[in-house]
Amino acid sequence: MLKILKYSFYDLMRSRWSYVYFLFYLALGFVLLFLNHDLSKAVITLMNVIIILVPLISTIFGVMYFYNSKEFTELLLAQPLKRSSIFLGQYFGVAGSLTLSLVLGLGVPFMLYGLFRSDVIWDFSLLLVTGAFLTMIFTVLAFNIALANENKIKGFGYSVLMWLFLAVIYDGLFLLSLIIFEEYPLDSFSLAATTFNPIDLSRTLILLKLDISALLGYTGAVFKSYFGTDLGLFLSLGMLVLWTVLPIWLLTYKSKRKDF
Amino acid sequence: MLLLTGTFLWGKTISVCSDCAVRFIKEGVEMAADFDTLLIKKGTYKEYNILIDKPLTLLGENYPVIDGGEKGEIIRIVSDHVTVDGLFLINVGTSYTTDYAAIRVVKSENFLIRNVVLEKLFFGIYLEKSNNGRVYHNKIIGDAKDEYNSGNGIQLWYSHNVVVDRNIVQGVRDGIYLEFSDHITINNNQSTNNLRYGLHFMFSNDDTYTNNTFQNNGAGVAVMFSKRIVMKGNTFRQNWGSAAFGMLLKEINDAEIIDNTFEENTIGINIEGSNRITYKGNDFINNGWAVKVLGACYSNSFEKNNFLYNSFDISYNSKLNDNKFENNYWSGYTGYDLDKDGIGDVPYRPVKLFSYIVNRTPETIVLLRSLFMDIIDFSEKVSPVFTPDNLMDAMPLMKKTE
Repeated sequence: MLKILKYSFYDLMRSRWSYVYFLFYLALGFVLLFLNHDLSKAVITLMNVIIILVPLISTIFGVMYFYNSKEFTELLLAQPLKRSSIFLGQYFGVAGSLTLSLVLGLGVPFMLYGLFRSDVIWDFSLLLVTGAFLTMIFTVLAFNIALANENKIKGFGYSVLMWLFLAVIYDGLFLLSLIIFEEYPLDSFSLAATTFNPIDLSRTLILLKLDISALLGYTGAVFKSYFGTDLGLFLSLGMLVLWTVLPIWLLTYKSKRKDF
Repeated sequence: MLLLTGTFLWGKTISVCSDCAVRFIKEGVEMAADFDTLLIKKGTYKEYNILIDKPLTLLGENYPVIDGGEKGEIIRIVSDHVTVDGLFLINVGTSYTTDYAAIRVVKSENFLIRNVVLEKLFFGIYLEKSNNGRVYHNKIIGDAKDEYNSGNGIQLWYSHNVVVDRNIVQGVRDGIYLEFSDHITINNNQSTNNLRYGLHFMFSNDDTYTNNTFQNNGAGVAVMFSKRIVMKGNTFRQNWGSAAFGMLLKEINDAEIIDNTFEENTIGINIEGSNRITYKGNDFINNGWAVKVLGACYSNSFEKNNFLYNSFDISYNSKLNDNKFENNYWSGYTGYDLDKDGIGDVPYRPVKLFSYIVNRTPETIVLLRSLFMDIIDFSEKVSPVFTPDNLMDAMPLMKKTE
């Protein structure tokens, strides 16, 4: 598995797209910091970028890579190799290189602008951690979709739809249900609903750092214990781990049973 | 004759210590003539209900401790021209029927209370119908746990023209409490970690407070039912909680709120039924709600304030607006300035649709900063339906005001 991982990783590191992705974040970081020297404001803007763009790019990249390397995968399948190691190796190769581009691309400009001397370092590292998680989650979801669909167009369609659903539509439905059922006690429901969407989860994580004062404005005791203590942080992080591990397991499970 | 006036002006000094001729403060007070000084040397005095009924100076040397033994009040001043300086008072009695205070001033004029340290108290310094005094550089450290059995740090009741300056008050119910007290000046105090309010005004007019710091109190500062209050250069920080605000204004008219800093409060200013208030040069930084307006607020003007990275800048609960927003800096402003006069060419709408939704269904706060919310906020910005359409800053600044 490590060999395949290494191969995929180096293959991607050499490819143009990784550089484009890396340069995009580098440019974004520099432009943001150039336009306003305030690190904390830049962190807020970055958060918006990360929770929307990172999933989108990871999804598309994952699907693209899976379809592109299909011939290579089939070649590997003919060898005496475990299926799980083939797919997991490729997956970790893609996810690893994307995460690296993200972390380096954003890390370098912020470091140059004196991140270590500022007090937003924890907010920023949390941002990078959630970014890394989102990359892992959406790449594996994309892999799953691509594995299930032979048809490239369908695969692309489904994965973009998945992104759209999780990034926008889910919140719309969520809001609608909150307003329709506003007569009922909803605090547990609303917290539970955020955990079923990795984008919402990462948003909550970042909100905990940036908007804690607003979150504490609501009277519910459940909210208070969730946001007021470290419970929210640990629960959200735990759920993010689950969101990563479960689809990976699904990927190995499906790949073992798939008839190529 | 000359000698007599001399002693009258200067008074004589009576030393109080454990091996002096005078061993108790009460004894000293009894012996003293008007305008004498009681020099209290270092040591512990277990005394309470010390009644000062003549103009005296109580001067502590190296902070002598007066231990009230939780039996009741420690010092009660009923005479004009009394000075209390440099004492350490502990263990005031707690009662549910009487407001025991470490130092209580009753119907007296021209008092001065300074350099006093209070610990384990019920009420700290209680001024009752006493005018023209000063409360200067005291330190009040309470250990209040519940609102119902704790008292206030500095309380003024029907007292006028008092200066409260450079005090540190923490861990009591209300840090500084004013009721029916006019023309009070409150400067350079630090009121932190109090159970209820850092500073609390009730029915008190023409008061000024400047350069105070209010941090981590149950609910910051409450100004209620008062007129012509001037609030300048204060800092309100980290007042967090479901009913917490930097400042609560309720039925306040003709006040001035200038150059204050509101940082990391759940609600920066909560306004209810307050009219003709000028907000100028304030900084609202990282608050949940910078300003929350709850009905019946007319003719207020917000000018040259900085609204920086608040989750919500302004929140309204009605469609009616009679308040003026002009020349503020909004960190959320995305307009442009083509003629380079430092004023944005497009108006800024500080009320987001989302804040209406949150007012209606508070649980929706978990959707803060989601893309869906940004989209509907944007559409509301383009064509306001729910927010008052005249509620905008027509001349938003492009750069922060200093």
